[in-house]
Amino acid sequence: MPNSRFLSRWLVAAVTGGALLAGAVQAQAKPPECIAPAKPGGGYDLTCRLAANGLQDAKLIDEPMMVSYMPGGIGAVAYNHVTGVRDDDPNLIVAASTGAALNLALGKFGLEHKVDDVRWLGALGVDYGAIVVRKDAPWNNLDELMKALKQDPSGVVIGAGGTVGSQDWMKAALMAKADDVDPRKLRYVSFEGGGEALAALLGEHIQVFTGDLAELKPQLDSGEIRILAALSEERMGGPYADIPTAKEQGYDVEWPIWRGYYMGPNVSDEAYQQWADRLRELNDTESFKALREGRGLFPMSKFGDDFHQYVKQQVADFQQLSKEVGLTK
Amino acid sequence: MFDFLIQGFGVALTPLNLGLAFLGALLGTLFGALPGIGPINGIAILMPLAYTLGLPAESALILLAGIYTGSEYGGRMSSILLNVPGDAGAVMTTLDGHPLAKKGLAGPALGLSAVSSFIGATIAIVGLTLFAPLLAVVAVKFGPAEFFALMIFAFASMSAMMGKDPIKTLIGAVLGVLISTVGVDSGTGVLRFTFDMPELYDGIDFVVMIIGLFAVSEILLMLEHAFRHDQEGEMAPIGRVMVKMSEVLYCKWAILRSSVIGFVIGVLPGTGASVASAVAYTTEKRISDHDNSFGTGNMRGLAAPEAANNASAAGSFVPMLTLGIPGSGTTAILLGALMLYNINPGPMMFREQPVVVGGLIASLYIGNVMLLLLNLPLAGVFARVLQVPRWLLVPSVAILAFVGVYQLHSDLMAIYLMLVIGVFGYLLRKFGFSLAPVVLGFVLGGLMEENLRRALSISGGDVGILFQSGLSIGLWIAAALVVLVPMFAGKLKAKFLPAAKPS
Repeated sequence: MPNSRFLSRWLVAAVTGGALLAGAVQAQAKPPECIAPAKPGGGYDLTCRLAANGLQDAKLIDEPMMVSYMPGGIGAVAYNHVTGVRDDDPNLIVAASTGAALNLALGKFGLEHKVDDVRWLGALGVDYGAIVVRKDAPWNNLDELMKALKQDPSGVVIGAGGTVGSQDWMKAALMAKADDVDPRKLRYVSFEGGGEALAALLGEHIQVFTGDLAELKPQLDSGEIRILAALSEERMGGPYADIPTAKEQGYDVEWPIWRGYYMGPNVSDEAYQQWADRLRELNDTESFKALREGRGLFPMSKFGDDFHQYVKQQVADFQQLSKEVGLTK
Repeated sequence: MFDFLIQGFGVALTPLNLGLAFLGALLGTLFGALPGIGPINGIAILMPLAYTLGLPAESALILLAGIYTGSEYGGRMSSILLNVPGDAGAVMTTLDGHPLAKKGLAGPALGLSAVSSFIGATIAIVGLTLFAPLLAVVAVKFGPAEFFALMIFAFASMSAMMGKDPIKTLIGAVLGVLISTVGVDSGTGVLRFTFDMPELYDGIDFVVMIIGLFAVSEILLMLEHAFRHDQEGEMAPIGRVMVKMSEVLYCKWAILRSSVIGFVIGVLPGTGASVASAVAYTTEKRISDHDNSFGTGNMRGLAAPEAANNASAAGSFVPMLTLGIPGSGTTAILLGALMLYNINPGPMMFREQPVVVGGLIASLYIGNVMLLLLNLPLAGVFARVLQVPRWLLVPSVAILAFVGVYQLHSDLMAIYLMLVIGVFGYLLRKFGFSLAPVVLGFVLGGLMEENLRRALSISGGDVGILFQSGLSIGLWIAAALVVLVPMFAGKLKAKFLPAAKPS
């Protein structure tokens, strides 16, 4: 069958060539790019898409923004890459969040990496931590839960989507610390992502879930869970209006989870300013407000140098906190 | 009660959505067939496209779901033809699929796997339609302790695969478990075996592992043959192209059993097609491998994992649609896609978004029929790929995989790692190890450790938690039976049937 043989050889060659060609084209063009320092589909991916879709819908960029992935080291690989290799690329932004600031503070990006090694660009939205229990839980408010914890710190099973030392754990640790309970005595179970932890809460395997407000909306609507406290400065609006903050219940704990971006250290002031202005402008458009709301994020208007100082302060605070809760010395 | 489904068929049968379902099925088959792309990356690549094109939510979901189910079909192709699994769910397919192709039965093998896939997926979609809300309640009852018991059961049933060389199977599985410990420890955040390389913090990527272990080692074997001027074996004859009805009927119970196993495992959040196909294969070997021909090209050994991996793909929609919790890595990405459309999947979705849910489920039915119609005639075409000389074919596939992996990691480290694992795989093969136990150990080991530690942190270190619920006790008993029964069965047979001829 010489014919089919020829055909299949040709097919393989074409597919291979096509793939190589696609790679070459990609290397040449210089559209704006957003690196998600994780595998596809996670929170960083969505953070990149928030900028990509928003900027494109608002026509603030001429070409569609490309989203690429650089998983590894919970963001450390991308941080290395941007501080070392593409340190002056004016078209590149990288997704980051409170978790990245925490990892910097804990030295998990490598001790040689400091918060000032990149230019923090701005945040497009923020979510807040939440203390969640099942609808039939014995505790009616935060105070009752905290009293139970005070009595027996390891008597309540707390779970969330991150390891000990992750930002999910920090929420629980800070709550404990606010009532003079040793965070290391908590019975904390880490899951692979908030979804699995939520499943464990619904399946009665854990009793308290320290999650994020926005990801809980579907369960809140269905009445399966109760949110004992929002870790925000003040009460949030809309469907969350009935949820009291931890602060108003007498426990001074806030945990904002911002979603933002940074750029390379040697990017020109001009390019940095241009990107900061773009994000600021985007933040005010009506179409973006809908997009942000759909993603369950609350507004956070910090851009440019303002944001850089904010992240710097946050990392310093985290270093202090991690000492207090016994993570670092 | 089934209003949403009728509404859904109304949505799914519009020309645009039918076209998208077909496109998704076709692209999915291709993504699955190319090692290194797979459903997760396929969806990640097309998700922004669907959004940019301004497709409505249900249409985008129909396209992406088509890719997901299509790639479970496509994953088998390179498994059968090249002995390189196209995606995670297709590892077990290599065990009997590739030997069949070597015997010249590539066409029938592809056809049979298409039919098994179709039946598996159909059973699972019916299950999804009828029982989704009910199953969701049961699925969350599956906690860390139950997952640990399930993994024990899976490892126990692997003993069925031990065949000629039990020690080597065991060593292979343990090596896999060892490799799964690389990376940030999921409980405490401590770094294990990362040698200060941030690239290793997240552990070793499954795709990197598979491509290295199977494809790179295959190339090294070929190089060795070329170096020693071995005669390249005669190319496998193409033989007949279509699968016979009698062959499908021979496998009917294997397919039905595996479909149910696959669906149930798919419904559990956190486990996916790889676990489902592994359990289905080993269970089937226990039940119906009377002449010890599994692993040498037994049709049932091919049908079982194929039915199971497709059933589990449909099953993983259950927790996603009813609880808003992803049942697999791929549904996690689909969840993200829905969020781009301001739809939050969860308990209220059946009520609030009947068009989206109904359209999705209806499109699963339609897409599945399309995939069967697409794949049966294509079996003959793809079988001809074997006529391309292997020295051309395998490196071509490997290049594609390299490009795919680089695309995903934007980092050469992943490529180097893949090459190192390839050398490791080559050595294993030279020493007569089978690669499937290594991969299974890698997949199951990570899940097993995580869930054991979770269970113990819940109980505060009390081992009793592992035996507390009826579910976990049942799984422990099943695991014990799987190991013990064959041991005693052999002895009993020898005692009571001394006349039986030794086989």
